[in-house]
Amino acid sequence: MLHMHKYEKIWMIIGIITLVSFLTIVGVQAFSQTGDHAHHGAPSDKTLIDPEKVSETAPFDEPGLKQIGENEYELVMILQSYGFTPGDIEIPQGATVHIKATSIDVVHGFEIAGTSANMMVTPGHVNTMTYTFEEKGSYLILCNEYCGTGHHFMSTNLEVI
Amino acid sequence: MKINRQDAKLSLAHLYIAFGAILFAGFLGLLQTLVRSETITLPASINYYQILTAHGVLMALVFTTFFIFGFMHAGVVRTSGAFTDKQRKAGWIGFWLMTIGMVLAVIMIMFNEATVLYTFYAPLQANPIFYIGLALIIIGTYFASFSIISRYRLWRKEHPDEKSPLLSYMAVATLILWLIATLGVVAAVVLQFLPWSFGWIDTINVTLTRTLFWYFGHPLVYFWLLPAYMAWYVIVPKVIGGKIFSDQLARFAFVLFILFSIPVGFHHQLLESGIGEGWKFFQVILTFAVILPSLMTAFAMFSTFEIAGRQKGGKGLFGWFKKLPWGDVRFLAPFLGMLIFIPAGAGGIINASHQLNQMIHNTVWVTGHFHITAGGTVAVTFFGISYWLLPHLKGRKLTKMMNKLGIYQVVLWAVGMGIMSSAMHISGLSGNPRRTQVTSYGGHEVASSWGAYEMAHAVGGTLLMISLILYAIVLINLAFFAPKGQEEFPIAAELNPSQKTPGWLENWKLWVGIVFALIFIAYTLPIMDLINNSPPGSSGFKYW
Ligand code: HEM
Ligand SMILES: [Cu+2]
Ligand SMILES: [Cu+2]
Repeated sequence: MLHMHKYEKIWMIIGIITLVSFLTIVGVQAFSQTGDHAHHGAPSDKTLIDPEKVSETAPFDEPGLKQIGENEYELVMILQSYGFTPGDIEIPQGATVHIKATSIDVVHGFEIAGTSANMMVTPGHVNTMTYTFEEKGSYLILCNEYCGTGHHFMSTNLEVI
Repeated sequence: MKINRQDAKLSLAHLYIAFGAILFAGFLGLLQTLVRSETITLPASINYYQILTAHGVLMALVFTTFFIFGFMHAGVVRTSGAFTDKQRKAGWIGFWLMTIGMVLAVIMIMFNEATVLYTFYAPLQANPIFYIGLALIIIGTYFASFSIISRYRLWRKEHPDEKSPLLSYMAVATLILWLIATLGVVAAVVLQFLPWSFGWIDTINVTLTRTLFWYFGHPLVYFWLLPAYMAWYVIVPKVIGGKIFSDQLARFAFVLFILFSIPVGFHHQLLESGIGEGWKFFQVILTFAVILPSLMTAFAMFSTFEIAGRQKGGKGLFGWFKKLPWGDVRFLAPFLGMLIFIPAGAGGIINASHQLNQMIHNTVWVTGHFHITAGGTVAVTFFGISYWLLPHLKGRKLTKMMNKLGIYQVVLWAVGMGIMSSAMHISGLSGNPRRTQVTSYGGHEVASSWGAYEMAHAVGGTLLMISLILYAIVLINLAFFAPKGQEEFPIAAELNPSQKTPGWLENWKLWVGIVFALIFIAYTLPIMDLINNSPPGSSGFKYW
């Protein structure tokens, strides 16, 4: 068997304990369902869509913001090089928004800068995430995956009022 | 012991290409920082993303791969003996295939036929010659791997009851990792990208190709890191006048690195649709297991330092620290690499944590992360290696003067990388995206804070470029002008040579079997899911 120095054993045991507790925290946060913030896990939608028929497929045949509950909205978005449809969105303060997005061409990234709203948008798939806008102000939505020479122009504004 | 002339030539050929690649790509990196900070604008005939593709390919694929094979060829010959004619020939075939592949890929990038960045995500579609170039680089490494593995097997045949030389063992472990990892990218290129870019198939499965890419992409970073660890474990102890702390634990750490660096690629795809959350979390757990061999490595390094420092008369709790040869670039460079790895490793833990990843994914935080890991720890350790390896292979000496310039070079590099990557990490936290030419976004409030940090990228980039020019001067001196002589290829002895190293550590069938079992568990179901439940595929786009 392997010979390990006494101090090294202690060092490794501390390491393993830290690791296990860390993973437990990450795991519990990822999978627990509590209150409004139902889901803290990674955006992992498995809905499929034909990237060439997006505009004919519900709900992407009507992209936009729809109210679905008390201060609860669904934001259906189409991404393409180099823009977001719809753009320039207005949302009331405190609203919980379920964002649903897909791409009709290449891979894009959906990011609301400075928040944890961030997901990949790949053609053929729908991706979803939920975000609650607690603070008023003007938010920047940008594409954070290279999608062609105009990639740095791909952005729009989201106003929380 | 000296490496024979013929094998030295083979190793040198690889090193020259690596040096050329880092110099040129470093210049491109500086341009990127200047463009992003809006200090300069590129002429209309050059596209920012074209430069970025070249920088990524030349740094991540060419500089690293060529340097690593140059170093490992030399290391195996030094510790296991000269290559046979057949092994040397395979080495040269590998070198030429890699070189031709690199030239094809670079030409395609230059002609703006492959502005797809070094990750070449579908459905952006490059000229097929670009993919052929990448494939040739990988096929070339298979020939080079054959030389090394076959030399190691020959040594074991010649020495039936002995354990193999540690450096050769580590080279073989690194190659096993590489061979298994490249299966993913080879499958993606051969079965998807090539037929698709030639027009033989109309569409491509985007998420499948991304998954195959990252199955390769994560172990790729360990393919860079392990050769640096080889230098830390085997060469640094000799340079500081010490011994290898534990041969068996060093081997065990390498085996663990193979096990825990392959079945973990999903941590690059945490925010992606089409892959179940449970599978993502499972791979996150395996990702974190890599902390164990990392802790073992840290312990081994500091124990080696302490023992060597005390032998030289260092007293008290930290007196030994002062006794280390701080003025020797062969030590200082890898030491800086170790130091940088402390924050770099902590950053990696953040990247791989499910939720924290959501804050920083695809922001310049990530760019900051791989510039301190690959660009910091790995590159600076490689600089340290080149300062003795190049003169050793050329039959010259590292002079006091060159050693001193070398110290300035690596310190300047560490400072430049420190400035650039800290600024990248910080502005990434507020969302500054990576791979983006300008980030003013019409003067939007959030984006307005990024300008100052991008200026800092440019300051760091300038220091890095000065460091590279210094590096070029020292290399040219060491290769052609330094006094003739015999520079040492340092290989340390064991602290406890009588301690037996268990035979199962050298039982590669066992380890390869375990790796495949882990890969099977972590990947089979999600990949079958991606194939069976695939959306209509994507045709190619050329958006540049
Ligand atoms: C002179 C030194 C260097 C400078 C100034 C530099 C600068 C940069 C900058 C500013 C970017 C990001 C551009 C963007 O995302 O828009 C970048 C990307 C990158 N750099 Fe460096 N870098 C240097 C050295 C290195 C080294 C030594 C390596 C690896 C061994 C490296 C590997 C990469 C890679 C893989 C990318 C990502 C390309 C992509 O996102 O497609 N760089 N570099
Ligand atoms: Cu984009
Ligand atoms: Cu990784």
